[in-house]
Amino acid sequence: MRQTRAIELGTGLFVLLGFAALFFLVTQISSRQFGFGAEGYRVSATFDQVGGLKVGAPVSMAGVTVGRVEGIEYDFDRYQARVTLRIDRRYDRIPEDSDAGIYTAGLLGGQYVGIGPGGSDTYLVDGAELQFTQSAVVLENLISKFLFSKAAEEGKE
Amino acid sequence: MRLATDLFASAQATVRAVGAYALFALRVLAAVPGALPRPGLVIAQVYNTGALSLVIIMLSGLFVGMVLGLQGFDLLQRFGSEESLGTAAALSLLKELGPVVTALLFAGRAGTALAAEIGLMRATDQLAAMEMMAVDPLRRVIVPRFLGGLIAMPLLAAIFSLIGIFGAQLIGVQLMGVDPGHFWSQMRAAVEVGDVMEGAIKSAVFGALCSLIAVHEGYHALPTAEGVGRATTRSVVISSVIVLLVDYLLTAVML
Repeated sequence: MRQTRAIELGTGLFVLLGFAALFFLVTQISSRQFGFGAEGYRVSATFDQVGGLKVGAPVSMAGVTVGRVEGIEYDFDRYQARVTLRIDRRYDRIPEDSDAGIYTAGLLGGQYVGIGPGGSDTYLVDGAELQFTQSAVVLENLISKFLFSKAAEEGKE
Repeated sequence: MRLATDLFASAQATVRAVGAYALFALRVLAAVPGALPRPGLVIAQVYNTGALSLVIIMLSGLFVGMVLGLQGFDLLQRFGSEESLGTAAALSLLKELGPVVTALLFAGRAGTALAAEIGLMRATDQLAAMEMMAVDPLRRVIVPRFLGGLIAMPLLAAIFSLIGIFGAQLIGVQLMGVDPGHFWSQMRAAVEVGDVMEGAIKSAVFGALCSLIAVHEGYHALPTAEGVGRATTRSVVISSVIVLLVDYLLTAVML
C-alpha cells in the first residue's frame, strides 16, 4: 500500500510538471493567444505590390498589433493584390479614411501592414475597404531607380 | 547465384519483420480498450517510464539548451542579430531537439528497461503462466506499457524544451549579454501555439513508436539470456533509426 502511494505521488508530480511545462510553453513562450483572431472584423485593401507579406503577419497601428493578415490573393478586376485583414474586436474605432501600407520590421525582419489613422468620424466596419494604400518597397526597383538617376546625372556632366 | 538467394532471403526477412510489427501493433491497439478498466497498471508504467526518466531528461535539456545558447549566439553574432537567439533556441527546441532528443533518451532509458523486463518475463515463462491462468498478457503487460510511454513522452518533451529554453537564456542573457527584453519578446512574437503543438504531436508519435518497438522486441525475444540481451540492443537501435526517419517525414508533412 505504501509503495502504491509513493508511485501515485511520483506519477502525479510528473504529470503535473509535464502539463505545467506544456501550459507555460503555450501561454508564455508562444504569441498567439487563444481566441485572438477568431473574433474581430475583416477589412480589405488592395496593393500594387505586396512584396514578401505573408498570411499571419501582424497588422499594426503606431507599433501596436491590432490584427493579423488573413488572406492574400490576386484580384483580376483591378490587377492588384487584395489583402484581407482581420482586426481585433477591441480596436473598433479606426477611421474609415485610414491608410494602409506594407512596411518591413527592422532591416531583415518580416513585413507587416501598418495602418495610419485618418480624420473621419465614421469608423471601419466588417467588410469595409481601405482606400488609401501604399505598396511594399521592392529593393530591386529602389536600386535600379538609384542607378538610373546616377547614370542620368553623369550623362549631364 | 548464392549471393542472389541470400539477398532474396534477407529481403524476405525484412518484409516479414515489417509485417510482424504491423500485426503486433494492430493487436496492441485492439487490446487497448480491454486494458482501460485497470488504470492502475497504466499509472505504474507512467511512473516507470516517465517519472523515473525525469532527472536525465531535465539534465539533458539544460545542457542542450546551454549549448544552443552558446552556438546560436556565436552564429547569430556574425550577422549582428544576436537578439534572435531566443527565437532560434525556442523554435529549434520545440520543433526538433525537444521531441527527437527526448525520444532517443527515452529509448535508451525506458525502452531498454521495457524490452529487458518483458524479455525476461518471456524467458522465465511468466507470460506463458499468465496465458495458463487465462490472463491475456497483451492486456495485462504489453498495453499498459505502451500507453504509459504514449502518455509520458509528450510531457517529457515539453519539460525538456522548457528547461532547454531556460538553459539557452542562462548562457545567452546571463553570460553573453543578450538583452533579456529582446530575447523574450522576439521569442514570443515568433513562436506560435502551432509550433508547440507540432512538438507535442511529434513526441506523442515518437512515444508510441518507441514503446511499441520496445515491447515488441521484448515480447518476441528468444527465451535465453542472450536473447534478452539482443532484444534490448535491438529495441534501442531500431527505435533510434525509426525516430530519426519518422522525424523527417513528420517535419515534411507539418512544415
